[in-house]
Amino acid sequence: MTDRDQPALSARGLCKEYGRGTALVRAVDGVDLEVAAGESVAIVGPSGCGKSTLLYLLGGLERPTGGTLQLAGKQLEHMPEAGLARLRRRGLGFVFQAFHLVDELTTQENVELPALLAGASPRAARRRAQHLLEQVGLADRAAHLPSALSGGQRQRVAIARALANEPLLVLADEPTGNLDSAATTDVLRLFEQLRADGQTLVVVTHDERIAATADRLVSMRDGAFVGETRLTGGSDRRLSAITGLEV
Amino acid sequence: MPEAAGLANREPLRGYHLRVVQEVLLALLAAEPAHGYQLRARLALALGPLSDALNGGQVYVTLGRLEQAGLIDCTRVGQLDRPDRKVYALTEAGRARVQEWLLDVSWPKPAPAEFHLKLVAAAAGALDDPVAIVERQRHELLGGLREAQRAALAEPAGSTAGLLLEGVVLRLQADLRWLEECARYWEGRRRPAPAER
Ligand SMILES: Nc1ncnc2c1ncn2[C@@H]1O[C@H](COP(=O)(O)OP(=O)(O)OP(=O)(O)O)[C@@H](O)[C@H]1O
Ligand SMILES: [Mg+2]
Repeated sequence: MTDRDQPALSARGLCKEYGRGTALVRAVDGVDLEVAAGESVAIVGPSGCGKSTLLYLLGGLERPTGGTLQLAGKQLEHMPEAGLARLRRRGLGFVFQAFHLVDELTTQENVELPALLAGASPRAARRRAQHLLEQVGLADRAAHLPSALSGGQRQRVAIARALANEPLLVLADEPTGNLDSAATTDVLRLFEQLRADGQTLVVVTHDERIAATADRLVSMRDGAFVGETRLTGGSDRRLSAITGLEV
Repeated sequence: MPEAAGLANREPLRGYHLRVVQEVLLALLAAEPAHGYQLRARLALALGPLSDALNGGQVYVTLGRLEQAGLIDCTRVGQLDRPDRKVYALTEAGRARVQEWLLDVSWPKPAPAEFHLKLVAAAAGALDDPVAIVERQRHELLGGLREAQRAALAEPAGSTAGLLLEGVVLRLQADLRWLEECARYWEGRRRPAPAER
């Protein structure tokens, strides 16, 4: 059970600097971000503004050079590496632009892996993986190797894998960056489903369609947040107004 | 103003607004004569969730105008216990109008020009912050994209209305990309140059 009153994620003054002196890069420069349980947030901004770096900080894949970070009430910035790795495995799901599947494992095995690493029984891991593959529409590809799948199918496997341990938070970096329009639609459908199911989600994207599925949209420039928009609606009435249909 | 002139002089469409023009009703009559409610049903099928915006009464008003303009004929069919039903059929003039419409390549006026001038005027007259105007517009279009997308995902595969929704989605996406360019440009303008400080 997650506590709905406590933010799933809370970052204050988060910073990440690379290099020093004249070569100093402030990739993330004082970011405050709070994500409520069940909320989906999209981060958009021009190339090089620090989106991926921020996402890596949020996921404990990189250490901040400043600021504080809480995940489900746990302080992350000084947590020892072993504890951080355990938290990443159990509490987070990652989706990357380049899929990052294990090429030697079948679709099914890829999706089972995180549950096994987190200590689930092989039986439980198998059942969960089967369920997730059904959810992403790839039950019939369970025995295939990633090399036998299209890009869109690989990304759907990666999304299933990210959900294997019912993560507190899913972090996605350009999930449709390598996909054509039709494959993007399949992934879009899954993100829309995740949002509707109340999965807490932070997604970095260039794709307006993915951004439009989020509850909240944050714009980033030069390592900092410069604007925020809460997206609402979903009624056909507003849609009609926007398309302005009339006889 | 005579009705025929009104038809030829179609009001330019605002932004990416869709509009069921009078010619659409004419074209729907090209195959065979039909009742008003049959025309409405055909429109509803083609428009899917967007057909909610159709003002049913307006269809009949438009049919009346088309009849006055001599583009359609109206025959009354008597019914026992109800008022007569009207059946509409295309005239020769109406058929010619449909042919013209099919060959017409004019396209709805795209949003950029008016919005661009709004930003320029707002900045020149210090009426409002262009970046704020862009942000408001972005919020509006993103909300629209979100809804169009949900409606598109809800359509069954191969639906005719789904094709229209796909068009709405693509158009909004293109508009949003341009707004991003607008934001970048006007943000650059907002930072005062050192010499002007
Ligand atoms: N390991 C590193 N060493 C030095 N600089 C880095 C490193 N990683 C990232 N940077 C710099 O940090 C800045 C932010 O990079 P980041 O990858 O977060 O951008 P991004 O917003 O994800 O861009 P894109 O949209 O192109 O993926 C860039 O200027 C980049 O060059
Ligand atoms: Mg990146």
